[in-house]
Order: sequence, then structure tokens, then C-alpha cells
Amino acid sequence: MTDVLAITEHRRGELRDVSYEIITAGRQLADETGGDLHLAVISGTVDEFAEKLNRDGVEAIHTVSYGEEFNHDVYTQAITQLYDELAPQYVLAPNSVNGLDYAPAVANALDLPVVTDTIDLETDGETLIATREMYGGKVETTNELEGEAVATIRSTEWPQSDGTGDASIEAFDADIDEDAIGSSVNGFEEVAGGDVDISEADVLVSVGRGIEEEDNIPLIEDLAEALGATVSSSRPIVDNGWLPKNRQVGQSGKVVTPDVYIAIGISGAVQHVAGMKGSDTIVAINTDPNAPIMDIADYAIHDDLFDVVPALTEEFQ
Amino acid sequence: MKILVTVKEVATVEDEFEIEGTEIASQYLGADLNEWDDYAIEEAVQLQEDGIADEVVTVTIGPEECEQTIRQALAKGADRAVRVWDDSLEGVDLLDVNAKTEILSGVVEAEDPDLVLTGVQAGDDSFAATGVSLAEEIGAQWGAVVNHLEHEFDDDLASVRRELEGGVEELTEIELPAVLTIQTGINEPRYASLRGIRQAQRKELDVQTLADLGVDESAIDAELTLTDMYEPESESDVTIWEGSAEETAAELGDLLRDKGVAP
Repeated sequence: MTDVLAITEHRRGELRDVSYEIITAGRQLADETGGDLHLAVISGTVDEFAEKLNRDGVEAIHTVSYGEEFNHDVYTQAITQLYDELAPQYVLAPNSVNGLDYAPAVANALDLPVVTDTIDLETDGETLIATREMYGGKVETTNELEGEAVATIRSTEWPQSDGTGDASIEAFDADIDEDAIGSSVNGFEEVAGGDVDISEADVLVSVGRGIEEEDNIPLIEDLAEALGATVSSSRPIVDNGWLPKNRQVGQSGKVVTPDVYIAIGISGAVQHVAGMKGSDTIVAINTDPNAPIMDIADYAIHDDLFDVVPALTEEFQ
Repeated sequence: MKILVTVKEVATVEDEFEIEGTEIASQYLGADLNEWDDYAIEEAVQLQEDGIADEVVTVTIGPEECEQTIRQALAKGADRAVRVWDDSLEGVDLLDVNAKTEILSGVVEAEDPDLVLTGVQAGDDSFAATGVSLAEEIGAQWGAVVNHLEHEFDDDLASVRRELEGGVEELTEIELPAVLTIQTGINEPRYASLRGIRQAQRKELDVQTLADLGVDESAIDAELTLTDMYEPESESDVTIWEGSAEETAAELGDLLRDKGVAP
């Protein structure tokens, strides 16, 4: 019997979607050997969260009431103590910025192996088989771990669980050592604001690394102007300071759902795809026919953007 | 203040490649300084230029061939470098997080830095876990996915921004000593100057074995075994437009007119 302890996530009073996805992932793993699925919800309004997390397939929800927001020291202490109490075979955490801020510490503290950013998990009760990507999504790999393990799951790879469950909701009295808390969260700031809201655009002309240098950005701006569209970009363009942060599409930028998304010189890293896959129609212009963006594109042009973009601009001028 | 920066030489893959067993065939692989580590080096060098860091030391786990990459970090301004390698690491096809944690903690013990900077992740295996695991191992504080670091360190605190999802940043204070994992975009990594490149040739590059660091060989036995590697199946039924740039642009133009989103 393989028991699973899955850690849920919330921010500023809201449960994040991955909390419902991790129920599905945890249930699937526990089902393979007839084990129990335990959830942990730590900090914030835990009782309110626990009610919402009480979905099909959850045996028990353990609430740790301590502080309002995420603090990795509190999470690490609470999870290691829950692990000692429940002795699950697997600990699952979201592969989120916060998940990556405690899961490796939990694994090291418990002397367990850790496997991150998994997109599929299987077990026979002894061996965990984790599927994950390498080389920016160019290959998938399977990885085996024996015995107990900590794994983080990529968001949106598992569907969100639904249905009302009959889990027991139990307050877990974690013994948090305050002297060991060495960091404090002092607030949050929205950084993707500004004059242009790319999430409102009907057509996005989105530019990536393939544009090569800042001097080439006007090529994209000219096309957007000819089309009456808005310019957005993938992360490296913003990192380079070629476009402001409010133009960034992706996990750490904005989620967009335009009628048409034209991805120009964008390879399609998973963090980018997370922000634009809800677009109605996706067109990719890229010289690399194997770029991950091709997996989600509806239309593709495998050609040099420096030839195609000016030709398209000319057509609409 | 002494800063230790982890620097990894990552494998890069050409657009077209073949897989042999659980590896990409070597003729399709290149090598490069890990992109995230480049930002970590830059942040450390800026701290030195601001008069806050006295010394910037890099550490790399890798064979002699990666010295070219280490020299890049030295050319950008790091003072000296440590490279860890051993025959026992030669045959390992994927060094997992625990093994890297053990090795790097040996280096931290020897160097005793106030601050360790690592890239958020490596561009090849993308674990994004070693920095936080290392912090826990050495009893230091940490912060993952840092995209801004104040250079004052008032009261021995690192004042950072952590880049959360959805355009939200968390403002956090972290006690030193600490390990920070550095996100791209935190700064603009410099190109090495010719002078820097010349100077880098003369900087100390110290090679250490596991025994030198007091790390037991069994500590690096991988707990994670790579069992298969394959190209992901495409789920797309993508329509590919072919022809000259004018022809494909015309196809895209027709689509945009059909959708009523272009003039």
C-alpha cells in the first residue's frame, strides 16, 4: 500500500489551481497500490481551504494553522513532521516557484531522493517511475527511484479533481521552531501592469529569441501596426530589456487568450506555452520544424522570420 | 563578504538530433555556460564592484573539458575557481540532486562563504532543486527564484524579490549566510573583455577530488536512474504552409482576413 502526502498551494487567500491537480496526481499514484491520499494545507485560512479541497478520492486533509502566507521554513518543518507522523511513501508538491522553495529542502531533511517537474508518475509500490523533460523539452525521459521519494508535479499536466469528498479534516499541531525561521515575507507586488494590457488583445504578434537583436524589434512592431495588433513576447526579450515586462507572455508573465497568436521566433518553452495555449488560433513562424511550439500550433511556417515578416507587413500596408 | 557561485557547463542540443540509449548522440551536443549561472556570476561580480563582496569564487562539478567554460566566468570577474572531478564521477550519466548537494556542501565547508549564488536551474537537466537542497544541507537560509537583490545587506539580511507566477513578485528578507537561486533578467550579464579574458588565464583554477573535499564516494551513488529517453510525441495536427516567403505570408494574410482580425 502506497500512501501519498500531497501539499496544496495558496496565495493571498486563494487556493491555486495546482492544488486541485495535485489531488488527481496523488489519487492516481495511491490508486496503483490501493493506498491513501493525504493532503496538507499549511498557513492562511486553513479550515476554509480544507472545505474546498475536500474532493473525491481524498482520505484525509491535515491543516497546519501557522501564519498567513507561504514561508518555506514553516512548510519544511510542518511537512517533515507530517511525514514522520503519516509515513507516506511519496510526498508530492507543486513544481511552482514556492514548491521549488521547500520540496528540495524537505527531501534533503528527510534524506529522500527528489525528482522535479514531473509530467507523469507511476509506481508498483516499490519503484517510482517519473517522466520528465530535459533540454528545454526536446526530449522526454523516464527516471526510476526506489523506496520513498519526493516529487514535484508540473502544473496543468493532471486534470483538476472535482466532486465532493468525505475526507476527514484534522488539525495537525506542528511544532514550529520559530528560531529556525530565517526569512520573512514582507509583501507582494504586481509587476506586469502598465499602459498596455496584452491579455485584452484580439491579435498578438509575439516575438522570441529568434529575433536575434534589439535592432530587429521594429520589424515586429511594423507588422503589429499594419495588422492593428499588439506586440507581446517570450521571456528572453523582456530579460534583455528589449520590451517592458508587461509584454511578457508565460508562467511568470501574463496569461493571454487572443483570437490569433502569431509566435515569431519562439521555440515554445513550457513556461511560455503555459501563458498562451488558450489562444483560439496559434500560428508559429520558426525555422526549426521540431521546436516545441509546433506541438500546439494550428498553422506553421518553417521559414526565416526575416523573410516572412516583412512580406506579411507589406501585404497589409 | 565572500561569495561562492556555482557554475555549470551544460549540454546544448542541435535542432536535429538522434538518441542512443539514454543519451543524445554526442555529435549533436554542444557545451555552454548555463544561462542562469551567467546571471548569478554577474550578480556576484556587481556585488564585488559595489565594494560589498571581497572575493568571488566559482565552483564547477565537471571534467577538464569544461575549463573553457570556467575561464569564461573568471574572465567576467570571478577571482578564482574550484573544479571538482573524480574517476568515480566519470561513468555517471545523470548526477542527481543529492549527489550534487553532497559535493557542493564539501566545497562550502572548505570555502565558508557568506552567500552562495546558483542559477535557478540548469538548461540541460532542469532540476531547479540543487540550491535549496544545498542550503538545507549546510544549515544556511535560502531563497528560490530571486529576480532582484538589494546590495546593502543591512543587519545581515538579504532583501530580495522572488518571481512568483502570474506577474507577482514576493518581497522577502533572508538572513545570511544564505543560498539564493538566481533567475534570468535580474541583471544584464556582461561580455568578457579582452583584458578580462587575458587575466582569466592567470587566475587560480583549483582541481579537487571527492577525497580532497572529504566526500565519501558512496554519497554520490545516484538514487535516480535514467531508464529511457525519447522524443516527445507531437499532439498537434498542425497545418504547414509551404512555399516562398511571399506565398506563406499570403496564406497567413488570408487566415487573418478570414478571421476578421486584420484589414
